[in-house]
Amino acid sequence: MDLDYAQISADAKTALDAILNRTDPLKPKDRMAIPAQPMPAQPASERVKNMEEVALGYTPEQAQVEAERCLQCKNAPCIKGCPVAIDIPGFVKAIAETEFGKAVDTIKQSSLLPAICGRVCPQEVQCQVECTVGKVLKDVEASVSIGRLERFVADYEREHGAIETPAVKPETGKKVAVIGSGPASITVAADVRREGHAVTMFEAFHKPGGVMMYGIPEFRLPKAIVQQEISTLRDMGIDIRTNFVVGRTRRLTDLLEEDGFDAAFVGTGAGLPKFMNIPGENLVGVYSANEYLTRVNLMRAFDSENADTPVLPSKCTVVLGGGNVAMDAARCAVRMGAEEVHLVYRRTEKEMPARNEEIEHAKEEGVQFHLLENAIAATGDEYGRVDTLTCLRYELGEPDASGRRRPVPIEGSEFNMAVDCVIVAIGNDSNPLIKQTTPEIETNRWGNIVVDDNGKTTLDCVYAGGDIVLGAATVILAMGEGRRAAASINAQLA
Amino acid sequence: MNTIIDKKLLSDGVYQIRVDAPHIARERKPGQFVIVQLDTHFGERIPLTIADADADEGWIMLIFQAVGKTTQDLARLNVGDAVNNLVGPLGQPTHIENFGTVICVGGGIGVAPLHPIAKALKAAGNRVITIIGARNRELLILEDEMKAIADELIVCTDDGSYGRKALVTEPLKECCELDPAPGLVVAIGPPVMMKFCAETTRPFGVHTVVSLNTIMIDGTGMCGGCRVTVGEDTKFVCVDGPEFDGHLVDFDNMIQRLGAYKTQEQDAHACNLDKQANALQAEQDANA
Ligand SMILES: Cc1cc2nc3c(=O)[nH]c(=O)nc-3n(C[C@H](O)[C@H](O)[C@H](O)COP(=O)(O)OP(=O)(O)OC[C@H]3O[C@@H](n4cnc5c(N)ncnc54)[C@H](O)[C@@H]3O)c2cc1C
Ligand SMILES: Cc1cc2nc3c(=O)[nH]c(=O)nc-3n(C[C@H](O)[C@H](O)[C@H](O)COP(=O)(O)OP(=O)(O)OC[C@H]3O[C@@H](n4cnc5c(N)ncnc54)[C@H](O)[C@@H]3O)c2cc1C
Ligand code: SF4
Ligand code: SF4
Ligand code: FES
Repeated sequence: MDLDYAQISADAKTALDAILNRTDPLKPKDRMAIPAQPMPAQPASERVKNMEEVALGYTPEQAQVEAERCLQCKNAPCIKGCPVAIDIPGFVKAIAETEFGKAVDTIKQSSLLPAICGRVCPQEVQCQVECTVGKVLKDVEASVSIGRLERFVADYEREHGAIETPAVKPETGKKVAVIGSGPASITVAADVRREGHAVTMFEAFHKPGGVMMYGIPEFRLPKAIVQQEISTLRDMGIDIRTNFVVGRTRRLTDLLEEDGFDAAFVGTGAGLPKFMNIPGENLVGVYSANEYLTRVNLMRAFDSENADTPVLPSKCTVVLGGGNVAMDAARCAVRMGAEEVHLVYRRTEKEMPARNEEIEHAKEEGVQFHLLENAIAATGDEYGRVDTLTCLRYELGEPDASGRRRPVPIEGSEFNMAVDCVIVAIGNDSNPLIKQTTPEIETNRWGNIVVDDNGKTTLDCVYAGGDIVLGAATVILAMGEGRRAAASINAQLA
Repeated sequence: MNTIIDKKLLSDGVYQIRVDAPHIARERKPGQFVIVQLDTHFGERIPLTIADADADEGWIMLIFQAVGKTTQDLARLNVGDAVNNLVGPLGQPTHIENFGTVICVGGGIGVAPLHPIAKALKAAGNRVITIIGARNRELLILEDEMKAIADELIVCTDDGSYGRKALVTEPLKECCELDPAPGLVVAIGPPVMMKFCAETTRPFGVHTVVSLNTIMIDGTGMCGGCRVTVGEDTKFVCVDGPEFDGHLVDFDNMIQRLGAYKTQEQDAHACNLDKQANALQAEQDANA
């Protein structure tokens, strides 16, 4: 639903005035009656033509009104839902009191990346699912919009030039290598540097930021925000070496044994695309979501006037999968000019791992959902370009051990779709490069690095965290793991 | 960092540069490559083989054909300029051991990646027979360097302007008929040349290694854009290769994937590779 920005801010002003004009304090009942603030967004018809951010962010009045909805629960169940235990009632109260600076300081005690997490956290299954307001109103969508408030204060701070470079203690002479530059690594670098240790960050790509740069599209997470975090690291005196593949340009063990690093953190992510293993998957026009998104985002194929890296022009794109990555790929395909974008998913919408908001946005942008269907083969023309996708229909069978009803193929339900681009978005496994070049490091059978309660690997002085440990997870979990590993590294070096 | 320390025009549109890159020079082994990107914001990332390197002096050598946007931009850089982004060494090093007699076949620009491999095979005690080919005399590169390594050097040109008038598959076949048979063939060049080299050696059962030049982005196994079909499996050229058993590679699929963006790149020079490849194809068709 497209909401009018002017209307939204006018409504918020009215609501705020009503609150401020009251003489008696708000009772919980009154707070629950305050209208939940919708997120202003670019209209679907506009945003499909550009790469700019879809959600525009709260106005200050909206933020205040939304903050007044919080009941300031004594037991604060929301905090338990947040993987890094942000003092949610604390920062929300500060917003209600228009102390935006204080609000962001409160958040930053627990989270390093509020502008990012406020945007991409799956709040509806974390902090907001626990929120009392949502529980009482029996609708998680009616919970206090904690993520949006977090984003608001972080943006407010950035837009008002109020970001301060964290203080760094006197140099200790110790050196730490941080491998990768995603959220886990950014967190480790900052936390370790603060203690006065020298930090060198190694990134394989030409730009730091990890999945936040190459995977999550601009329209959900503007790259300028990620780069702001990176420049803060630089301002703290962290040496960032791009184009440096640890394991190839230098082995991990050499960094420790020969180059004088006292400890290392591995945050190399889950960058190994899974394929369907169906016939025709290597035809021209079949991409992994990683490749497609990297071409569009990091390599800027969207800006075809200026960028050298192309994607194939497509009339009809099919995305296979139902997670965030699939939604991102489908929505990029819309913006890359595909006339039709279809999303094929084996189960029903209820089982889709993607966030509700992303599913809604994708639908608004014209992505057509094919549920209980799955691709079984692709075929191509004489030039080896994909032109047909063969699919099967499914129905939900008996619940399996996990209680989820299993999709079972319907016999004889095969049908063909005419396509010219297929994007496989069925997940990622762990990047095996460090494991291959550092066999001493123990991994589990999924290739994830095994760590103890302190984030330490089986190799001395080597720590790990984020997707390389958790499997494909989330930004906030990666950050939380980074915090934990940084604390252990700081303890080791103390 | 990454400063160009010298530059040479080897043949029509083929350049050789040496770049100051001590980290890469220290770690690299024959068969490995780098990824180059010139404009950090808008540039394309392209793979180029490390043709030679000196760990003590800290440089690597790249030999490339200016076929499209990035290679032409690279050709425009001069001594003292920096290659903005250079990452490597990537890929699996060549498996080097003493196979007895080894036939090294290089076509066109493929002689560049072949050079360090031939050198290493020679150092491992192999008898190295080298076959290098090009469309004509002007396009032939690294003849002296190859001569210095090889026990025997056979030069072919398509038009007979130099050496034997033949496609490289002709002397390759003769070498396979030798007694004792060669222990290994390494063939690097345009995909169609590698395909027909593999077809040539197949009846003789001589293990044939090819080095695939697929389109790449990250070069670290993250995107899958470089994937090829090898036997029953899908392999990523950047991390599983670039070298594979030529008898198992699905070259037709690889060639199609390589041509995926052709209309978008619209590059006249690309025909150089193609012409040579087409000549081989025509020859083969004529023989069939
Ligand atoms: C398309 C997409 C959408 C997503 N959407 C969301 C979302 O909405 N919300 C959310 O919370 N999460 C989302 N995620 C997941 C989230 O991005 C990841 O969980 C998170 O980025 C993991 O962080 P990380 O620090 O472990 O590593 P990553 O962000 O994966 O970064 C790892 C970095 O290490 C580099 N690297 C790898 N190997 C080496 C090496 N050997 N040497 C040097 N550098 C190396 C890589 O190039 C990369 O830059 C999404 C993921 C994808 C792919
Ligand atoms: C492991 C590896 C090692 C390589 N080593 C060398 C080397 O040492 N020297 C060298 O000159 N080249 C080498 N190549 C090929 C080189 O990467 C391409 O020539 C380069 O990507 C072309 O980029 P461009 O921007 O100049 O041309 P583009 O404008 O991208 O393309 C020009 C034309 O070349 C074709 N093309 C695109 N990519 C490739 C490719 N990877 N291989 C062949 N044709 C392509 C396109 O279809 C197009 O028709 C190597 C490739 C790989 C994968
Ligand atoms: S970091 Fe994520 S889970 Fe925690 S409060 Fe913020 S939005 Fe909620
Ligand atoms: S649970 Fe909801 S209402 Fe209660 S303190 Fe947390 S955010 Fe506020
Ligand atoms: S280039 Fe991306 S996986 Fe090989």
